[in-house]
Amino acid sequence: MAFTVQAEIKKNVLLLRMHGELDHHATEKIREELLNLMEEHDITHLVLNLAELEFMDSSGLGLMLGRYKHLQKKNGSMIICAISEPVKRLFEMSGLFRIMIIESSEDQALMRLGVA
Amino acid sequence: MNNEAIFKFRSISENEAFARMVVASFIAPYDPTIGELTDLKTVVSEAVTNAIIHGYNGSHDQWVYMTLLMEENVLTIEVKDEGIGMNDIEEAMQPLYTTKPEMERSGMGFTIMEHFMDAVEVTSIASKGTTIRMSKHLASVQAECH
Ligand SMILES: Nc1ncnc2c1ncn2[C@@H]1O[C@H](COP(=O)(O)OP(=O)(O)OP(=O)(O)O)[C@@H](O)[C@H]1O
Ligand SMILES: [Mg+2]
Repeated sequence: MAFTVQAEIKKNVLLLRMHGELDHHATEKIREELLNLMEEHDITHLVLNLAELEFMDSSGLGLMLGRYKHLQKKNGSMIICAISEPVKRLFEMSGLFRIMIIESSEDQALMRLGVA
Repeated sequence: MNNEAIFKFRSISENEAFARMVVASFIAPYDPTIGELTDLKTVVSEAVTNAIIHGYNGSHDQWVYMTLLMEENVLTIEVKDEGIGMNDIEEAMQPLYTTKPEMERSGMGFTIMEHFMDAVEVTSIASKGTTIRMSKHLASVQAECH
């Protein structure tokens, strides 16, 4: 299944709902658009809703780690919600689990950032 | 039931999804668990992505070869490219080691393959190419009665 992403901006928070399969092909297609969006709207926090994400590999890890490092410089944060077991295992393997904030739902994540 | 299938496809990123679908279809008759299916799709994705972005440096008109072999409950997956190859395989397989940080690679591909498979064997010759051979015993495959 192809990858699609639905974006919503609330103040300086960018919410991304990811659908389908996040692989190298998908990351190459969305990276630039994502960077532009973050730049344009002066985004400091990123919320990723993975509820509809059906597949992810190391390319997805790279994309997330890249955005994390970028937001760190702006004292921002990155919150992952609705993470599946397989993605959680990749997070644990790569150390992302220790540095990302994990919330069970999108609402919880937005509440944490005060934009619910 | 033993089976074997051989594929050859172009080094374009669309074929990462194709290769994942191929392995899923190949093992479907063996009633894999969801977990096994996810693991196998992930390792194929890693190996094929590596062939495309590292082996062939993103050039689109090369061939990636994939062989799938099911023999006595053991699935063996071979992914081969005829690209740049590696000088130091051991170093390349270290967690977080990557030669393409500017492409936002995380250096986790080999670690993931080793984690999800029972055995991973890499052979590589600089400027000749790389072959990844990995195998996994599938618990869900019923032994045949004779
Ligand atoms: N098929 C290949 N041909 C040539 N070099 C390769 C090949 N596969 C891997 N490598 C080398 O091994 C390194 C490690 O590979 P690995 O898949 O672990 O990480 P990565 O591809 O760099 O990052 P990630 O997989 O996390 O996106 C690569 O950076 C590359 O230098
Ligand atoms: Mg890789």
